[in-house]
Amino acid sequence: MSSQDIPEENLPAAQATAHGELADEKHPFADPGLPPHEHRIQDVDERAAKRSERSVALMFTVSMLATIGFIASYVAIDHDKSVFVFPLGHINALNFALGLTLGVALFCIGAGAVHWARTLMSDVEVADERHPIEASPEVRAKVHADFKQGAKESVIGRRKLIRNTMLGAVALVPLSGVVLLRDLGPLPEDKLRHTLWSKGKLLVNMNTNEPLRPSDVAVGSLTFAKPEGLEEHDHAFQNEIAKAALMIVRIQPDDIKDKRELEWSHEGIVAYSKICTHVGCPISLYEQQTHHVLCPCHQSTFDLSDGARVIFGPAGHALPQLRIGVNDEGYLEALGDFEEPVGPAFWERG
Amino acid sequence: MSTQESTTARSRGKAPAGERVADWADGRLGIYSLAKANMRKIFPDHWSFMLGEVCLYSFLIIILTGVYLTLFFHPSMNEVEYHGSYVPLQGQLMSEAYKSTLDISFDVRGGLLIRQIHHWAAIVFLAGMFVHMMRVFFTGAFRKPREINWLFGFLLFVLGMFTGFTGYSLPDDLLSGTGVRFTQGAILSVPIVGTYISMFLFGGEFPGDDMVARFYSIHILLLPGIMLGLVVAHLILVFYHKHTQFAGPGKTNKNVVGMPLLPVYMAKAGGFFFLVFGVIAILAGIATVNPIWALGPYRPDQVSTGAQPDWYMGFAEGLVRAMPGWEINFWGHTLVLGVFIPLAIFGLFLAAIALYPFIESWVTGDKREHHILDRPRNAPTRTGLGVAWVTAYMIMLIGGGNDIIATHFHLSINAVTWFVRIGFFVGPVVAFVITKRICLGLQRRDKDKVLHGREAGIIKRLPHGEFIEVHEPLSQEQLYTLTAHEQYRPAEIGPAVDDNGVERKAKGSQKLRAKLSKAYYGEGSQIPKPTVEEYKEITSGHGHH
Repeated sequence: MSSQDIPEENLPAAQATAHGELADEKHPFADPGLPPHEHRIQDVDERAAKRSERSVALMFTVSMLATIGFIASYVAIDHDKSVFVFPLGHINALNFALGLTLGVALFCIGAGAVHWARTLMSDVEVADERHPIEASPEVRAKVHADFKQGAKESVIGRRKLIRNTMLGAVALVPLSGVVLLRDLGPLPEDKLRHTLWSKGKLLVNMNTNEPLRPSDVAVGSLTFAKPEGLEEHDHAFQNEIAKAALMIVRIQPDDIKDKRELEWSHEGIVAYSKICTHVGCPISLYEQQTHHVLCPCHQSTFDLSDGARVIFGPAGHALPQLRIGVNDEGYLEALGDFEEPVGPAFWERG
Repeated sequence: MSTQESTTARSRGKAPAGERVADWADGRLGIYSLAKANMRKIFPDHWSFMLGEVCLYSFLIIILTGVYLTLFFHPSMNEVEYHGSYVPLQGQLMSEAYKSTLDISFDVRGGLLIRQIHHWAAIVFLAGMFVHMMRVFFTGAFRKPREINWLFGFLLFVLGMFTGFTGYSLPDDLLSGTGVRFTQGAILSVPIVGTYISMFLFGGEFPGDDMVARFYSIHILLLPGIMLGLVVAHLILVFYHKHTQFAGPGKTNKNVVGMPLLPVYMAKAGGFFFLVFGVIAILAGIATVNPIWALGPYRPDQVSTGAQPDWYMGFAEGLVRAMPGWEINFWGHTLVLGVFIPLAIFGLFLAAIALYPFIESWVTGDKREHHILDRPRNAPTRTGLGVAWVTAYMIMLIGGGNDIIATHFHLSINAVTWFVRIGFFVGPVVAFVITKRICLGLQRRDKDKVLHGREAGIIKRLPHGEFIEVHEPLSQEQLYTLTAHEQYRPAEIGPAVDDNGVERKAKGSQKLRAKLSKAYYGEGSQIPKPTVEEYKEITSGHGHH
């Protein structure tokens, strides 16, 4: 990234610019210098200045009143009272009053200060010199010499053993910090491959908390289910439901295009993981006629009548299906865990 | 006069109290030398210079309100049953984080207002940084000596995004939890280490019990600590470099023209803090943002439609939504390109901003200091590139809300998604070409104005019946301002043979630079400035035509 190979004359400063001869007074584009100061009305008319003073003072006074209003609202307004304010509708009265009074109190201080600066403070433009950021050659040389002197006195260049062992020590010591991070969490192992489902677990309706019978699942309905034994109060509920959440629909067996899907279903009742294979949102929109389900987060669309393959959107693979059957008592049950990991894909998924 | 009397009286006795305090402090802190350099420091005036101030002040507001919120917020994922004053959620199971956010909103008087100010200020902060960076970019204020400060600003923008994200994830509501789930899914897509990062970040499987507490420490300590340091460094450099200014009469690369810090900018900038704070407070009072009580507590198996991140994360959301679901399976592994590519583009897209000053300075080979701002039209290629970037960003922002666009405008979600997929590639190119054309057109107009004066709107009839429009010559100030900008010549590779006739081999990088330089400054990329000869020829001659 050096500029050595760019000829100097390519830089504008070296070109004959329109301002090449600034000294020439007749140069048509020459810099005329700072324009003369133009007086504001407040500079020449004391009455106008007085008016400005009063405006500024008025704004500061309004601010004081608004602060008193803030405290009064805080004390007087019940915190769950709502009021109708056009065009905002019904809103929390306290929040509205506090926001408005605080806002006015602050805004008026600002408006007063700015008005003061614009109308009454001197507005004469002045120029400050800039100085180059980089040091003069003398300073530069002095610093370099000082550094060399310091380095020499430290003998770091001569005593290589010290330098190398020091570098080694300093490089190694942060490792302790890295090691300490190990217990942030467990290793992944096969945690993402298993869910709470296993052979014989009943499918429990998420809403009613009752085990599902085939007759509970009507054509065109979408039912969410969880594995038997998982209760909302359980400590592990969130983690387990994040993987085990299930959606159940009934499709006419003739309409099921995928052979395995039909095999894993019961009388056309199919159970799929509710967790999107894209980045893990719960899928919740179901189109009865086409048996398409749509993830509301990123619009991945799956065809539940065809092995839940992806028909649109960013998901990379089909939703995992849970093999289900009916037990002796006539309840729907799982015939095992999902055969592949649910949810988003990951490196070890394969 | 009485004032005179009192001064003389004082000088005989003790100095005024303020002076004595200042003297005391100077003896210990050396404040006078600091004040000497800065108290009457000159700042130039332009409306666009206040955009950075908006960011600074909203950052301060966020810190002030954030400290208040920590007094009431419980960063815990313990499940509790709700029995507070918000009736619709009575008896619901929720995390303590969510419950304490409800309490802040409904049981702490003014708590809701502070929460709203905090969130609104964050939205304004990020928007302010976005616009402030555009200002700096399009006027070339990032050039030497300000490249490092550009990087500081860039880091503030990126850290601001993540601080915002970790912040709005804290209430553990259904919407933000969904966002965290999305983030976790994206982390899983990282090859080789994805599952490990996820397990370590969440302390096990998603969502686990640690997320809120960890995000809390990141949100209130780690990131804002770094940001505060960067803000201070950013401001120190602004003071040290002195502010840039636009070209104009009396304004050169070696001076800075404006008004002094004390009193004008003390009042204007100080007042502006209150203006920003006031506007945000009123916004917080009348417009509810993130009503977590309407969303409900987070459950990994539940979701609402129309889930959207805060606006500054929208383009990342768009990248993820628009990307086709590519997955490659090999040797028992999965390469989740459908999620990982958007993640990578997200990084590269941002890195492009950080690198740009260095790319441009390499292309121009210009190592001089620049304190005079470019008008965007006078750097057509840079302006075009900037607009192209913003276009890609905006298209992805649309992509991030493709469901909202589809439902509100009765469009097909598939069509919107396809528009975004194609638009991401086509839009920036079209924007670049159009922007460059507009810039060149504006340059031509400037040239025209310099040479022929401005249209006076007066139609004059000449004795022989011809009508002409009178052009009024520009003032010296205007002529100077319109011709003050510099124009680069494209860099050349140099002769193919050296002085001794030996063939010289141009390096690949040199060739690339010559090409880029031609694209930036070659024919068709800038309109040559009017020259003195042209001007004299036209003005000395016979009438205007």
